[in-house]
Amino acid sequence: MSGALIVRAHRHPGLLAALLNRISGLALALFLPAHFIVLGLALSGAPALERFLALTDNPLMRTLEAGLVGALALHFACGLRILAIELLDFREKTAVAVAACLAFAFFFGLLFLLSAEIGG
Amino acid sequence: MLELEIWRGGAIGRFQTYRIPTREAQTVLDAVSEVQRTEAPTLAYRFACRVGMCGSCAMMVNDRPRWTCRTRVAVAAPDGRLRLAPLRHFPVVKDLVVDMAPFFAKWQRAHGRFEPGPAPATEFATVPPSTPERRAADAGIECINCGVCYAACDVVGWNPDYLGPAALNRAWTLVNDVRDRARAAARLAAVTGPGGCQSCHTHMACTETCPKAIAPTYAIAGLKRQAMRAALAGTR
Amino acid sequence: MNATLFAASRVSALILAVAVAVHLVVIIHAVQQGLTIGAILSRTHGNWAFLVLYGCFVLAAAVHAPIGLRTVLAEWFSWSGPLADWLLLAFGVLLAVLGLRAALAVFLA
Repeated sequence: MSGALIVRAHRHPGLLAALLNRISGLALALFLPAHFIVLGLALSGAPALERFLALTDNPLMRTLEAGLVGALALHFACGLRILAIELLDFREKTAVAVAACLAFAFFFGLLFLLSAEIGG
Repeated sequence: MLELEIWRGGAIGRFQTYRIPTREAQTVLDAVSEVQRTEAPTLAYRFACRVGMCGSCAMMVNDRPRWTCRTRVAVAAPDGRLRLAPLRHFPVVKDLVVDMAPFFAKWQRAHGRFEPGPAPATEFATVPPSTPERRAADAGIECINCGVCYAACDVVGWNPDYLGPAALNRAWTLVNDVRDRARAAARLAAVTGPGGCQSCHTHMACTETCPKAIAPTYAIAGLKRQAMRAALAGTR
Repeated sequence: MNATLFAASRVSALILAVAVAVHLVVIIHAVQQGLTIGAILSRTHGNWAFLVLYGCFVLAAAVHAPIGLRTVLAEWFSWSGPLADWLLLAFGVLLAVLGLRAALAVFLA
């Protein structure tokens, strides 16, 4: 099923938007508990948090983090599109709207990746 | 030559290949009719008006639900190969013929019928065409229940309870029919329960494929707004 | 999905729209400035605006995520029913507890 969906998604922007929203949502939902647990380390003081985050201070982790920032931006943008269609009766040129959501997500993901220094 | 892979059988079956001459301005309906007359006399398929008015001829043409009478072979199969299958998400009766009963059952479950109530009006209702409700109803009123949107919708495949775009679109036209207020609450409950309008994920396959250029996506969005208002009013 | 869950999903989405917009800006600002953990924590320490905003963020996410997951589990994994609902409710509670704890940790650090 999934292969056929992906093939069809490239010709159907509404389906693509729905799949992107769903995948990014799943990624965020799975990531959140870990994020909260890591931040909770601050209860043991700032050095505890700093020590843990030093472990993630490498290019691979930065790229994955950029992916998460991109996923957040993507879910946000696709979600706003849905809210506009559902609550504001927004009519759109779907391909344009979905492209804008993707561009928004890439912008934030890339901006994060390029800004986050390793060892900073 | 035009090569057609046509589904033969019921739920269990296989695609069988036929070859017929390519003809000028050939429609898919022309092609399948020629196959039935010259090569496969037992092939079952539906059509009626053959001029794009009745919606009987809907089937999957190269994995896209369409009316065969309004689909040019040259457009649908530029490489001369057609794959014909029965409409997706419907039980198959035989070959290209599907059972429309579940589709209409969902139509009824969505209260897709005019319900004037126990005391119908005795005067004609005056409904100016420019009113928002009339315009909303007009946008969806031309549906002829061909089933193309139902076949196109992925959520119909994922969620067996989902009422589907046609039934929900019809419900929305009735929500906007100012003469039909008798059982409005019952209709709203029907379209906001399991398989109701909330299950639409705005893929917009229905709006893309509707041969009557109806946009069920926006009708369903209207139902969602109604559902939200009712849910929020209920909690106040 | 029913009307109540749908309304909860959309209302929480509206709250998240604001919270995520703020969070994205904060994230980019922090990495652009090259802020250290200590620098970030000094900004959040005793910051009531932070605690209230991020507290609401956590609660909205704790409502929004399980409802979304419920739909995905039903449609793509054919898993629905009371057990799934209880587990998802537990997940929502987990998110709320862990998230508020995290916000508090960052507020107090």
